[in-house]
Amino acid sequence: MAETHGRTARPGARVELSGWGWRHSGRGEYALRGVDLVVEPGERVLLLGASGAGKSTLLHSLAGLTGEDGAISGDQEGTLLVDGEPADRGRGAAGLVSQDPETQLVMARAGDDVAFGPENLGVDPGLIWPRVHEALDAVGFPYGPRHSTGALSGGEKQRLVIAGALAMRPRLLLLDEPTANLDPAGAALVRGVLTRMLAETEATMVLVEHRVAEVVDLVDRVVVVEPGGGVIADGDPAAVFSGHGRSLADQGVWIPGNEPLPELSPAPGGGALLEAVGVAARTPFQLGVRSAPRRVVLDGVDVTVSAGTATALTGPNGAGKSTLLTMLAGLSRPHRGQVLPRGPLAGADRRPLARWPARRLARHVGTVFQHAEDQFVTTTVRDELRFAPLRAGMGEAETDAWVGELMERLRLTRLADVHPYTLSGGEKRRLSVATALSSGPSHAPDVLVLDEPTFGQDTRTWTELVELLGALRAEGRAVVMATHDGLLLRHLADARVRVADGRAVYASASAAREAAAGRRTRG
Amino acid sequence: MGDRRAPDMLTLDAPEDGGLRYWLVGFNPAAKLLAALLLGLGLVPAVDAVTGGVVLAGVLLLLPFSGIDRRTLLVLGGPFLLMGLSNGLVNYLYGEHGAEGALGAAVRLLAIALPGLIAAVSSDPTEMSDGLVQRLRVPERPAMGVLAALRLVPLLADQWRTITLARRARGLEAGRNPVRRITLFFGRLFALLVRSIRTGTLLATAMDARAFGTGPRTRARRSRWRRADTLLIAGAALLLAAAYTLSARLGTLVLLFS
Repeated sequence: MAETHGRTARPGARVELSGWGWRHSGRGEYALRGVDLVVEPGERVLLLGASGAGKSTLLHSLAGLTGEDGAISGDQEGTLLVDGEPADRGRGAAGLVSQDPETQLVMARAGDDVAFGPENLGVDPGLIWPRVHEALDAVGFPYGPRHSTGALSGGEKQRLVIAGALAMRPRLLLLDEPTANLDPAGAALVRGVLTRMLAETEATMVLVEHRVAEVVDLVDRVVVVEPGGGVIADGDPAAVFSGHGRSLADQGVWIPGNEPLPELSPAPGGGALLEAVGVAARTPFQLGVRSAPRRVVLDGVDVTVSAGTATALTGPNGAGKSTLLTMLAGLSRPHRGQVLPRGPLAGADRRPLARWPARRLARHVGTVFQHAEDQFVTTTVRDELRFAPLRAGMGEAETDAWVGELMERLRLTRLADVHPYTLSGGEKRRLSVATALSSGPSHAPDVLVLDEPTFGQDTRTWTELVELLGALRAEGRAVVMATHDGLLLRHLADARVRVADGRAVYASASAAREAAAGRRTRG
Repeated sequence: MGDRRAPDMLTLDAPEDGGLRYWLVGFNPAAKLLAALLLGLGLVPAVDAVTGGVVLAGVLLLLPFSGIDRRTLLVLGGPFLLMGLSNGLVNYLYGEHGAEGALGAAVRLLAIALPGLIAAVSSDPTEMSDGLVQRLRVPERPAMGVLAALRLVPLLADQWRTITLARRARGLEAGRNPVRRITLFFGRLFALLVRSIRTGTLLATAMDARAFGTGPRTRARRSRWRRADTLLIAGAALLLAAAYTLSARLGTLVLLFS
């Protein structure tokens, strides 16, 4: 049947931009401007640039989402053509895969979700299911088409998203950091699928990815764009990296061989501050029809958090790292067992952490959530930072001086009066860390708990964060973090706790070093 | 090795076998909805306990075949039971028909509400939307929108929990002050609203990226109407007729405007 061979037979699309620019509605400055770029059919392009350089916007425009009646509004200048037509007219020629699989799945069942694109394109109903099965096979989806999309891990979800794009038989594949939200295992799965898929299709591909080392084998051309400007480098990956590697790394791009080297003082170590004793946790109560009953995700977990030490929680997504973190931070009550203050922290309050009043807890234990927005409670960056010290009873003048210093240190000064929600990803992250620290220099929290602090950050923010955490550790404070970031583990983690299968196991120092060495050779 | 099964997020989802073990699940959701509508509307004129009671008894007999577990029934049916009881109580205290009128009011409310509840709960949301669009000619865009939104309900519950924890982390907790409790609640609600608008926008973008709304759609799934579906509606009509006949024979029938 011709239909089943269609995916390999369809040639890639040709992309042509001239003098193209885009300004989001309500913004004064252009995200990109004066972009001149031609991508020939079948080319595989990696699009790079500092964060905020409008790379995602360019992908969305190529997907036809920014036209007259598109989902994203703003002003466009110049032309953007896919196969000689404005992109928004040929919607369906392009398949887009974005970062977060959670907001890309539409239907409740896997097969229905993959069928959604073909249905929208008006594909004959008799031909849809063969396409669906072919796409599910192509991504190595391990379950049947009736499998619930809600019961998948992040990596499986993202594979399903890719299958959904493939089933549309796109001639232009647009991938926007497809592995950014996944744990290492899930990311490896998805990269494997992409490698296989690209070998089989002739589709043109444009890929945006911060972690260049992981995808450089997938592309044959690298294009670098500049915030508010156009293309500043273009060509063979090796040539671009040797010519522009240094400057790209300075702009925050992760370039192979140019990884940041944070300056850290050694960990002083110290006595225990927190101790989790026989802690168990259950999945939250779920209201709904045929919902899964509550089950125990962690059981009999013992963890000690010590002063002057960085403790890292590792393990697959969904294993309960975040749950353990919220219990260590005193935010949620364990199902069984207790999290108890030790040493100087017990001097503040001897009760289990979960029973401390919120105000006292905030002064002694700072928490940084994975989604920075969750923890913002005021309407400007300045107020956000003034919040904690004023509540802790610090005077106006003293507060202002401290807030000024914090903003200076985290490059937030020019954003002092901006609403926290409108900041960029890196700025939000810096602000969320600052809010957890802002009780003042004399009483910064004794324990700082962070959930994936470096997640999705460019090299600049990454280095600042790691150095800041290192400085806190040197002051004798305890740092506890859940992370997948191998580089962060290598530089900062003094103790590693692997959370998996309901248990938390301390990794020995030598095992940790070996793991780090393995990562180095792979990267 | 990623974890095989992340905690099941999609609470409004059918099990993989489609729940076919339960007889009622096999019907076309559109038929169930029509039957429920028929019973509900048909009971509006009758305010006595017998007419409503017969329908209620008939519908209760269906419960074991609907696949609804006890917890779900309690959580979703509880409010209706409460409503029925309070309705009955108010009628008993202030109504003109005494205990009999009160019982009638309570039973009637339950008999009107329960069929709809069963129809909704025993149907897979996807099949419900297929049935609505293909059988009852509901416009496609809102039907698909609602379906996609249902997928986000568990996500929203997660976000609410996180926001609550985050407020405690920032030192915000109401303690025993009721006024503060209310202001803090609305603060959290606003944060959730912002998050859910963001999530909704992302989902809408993803739907557009998959060419939703670009032209006429085809349908991968056919919503089948079997003879059993027609019989279900006929059965509902029959139950209603039986209830009215019995009540009239017993002389207990009281109509709304009589």
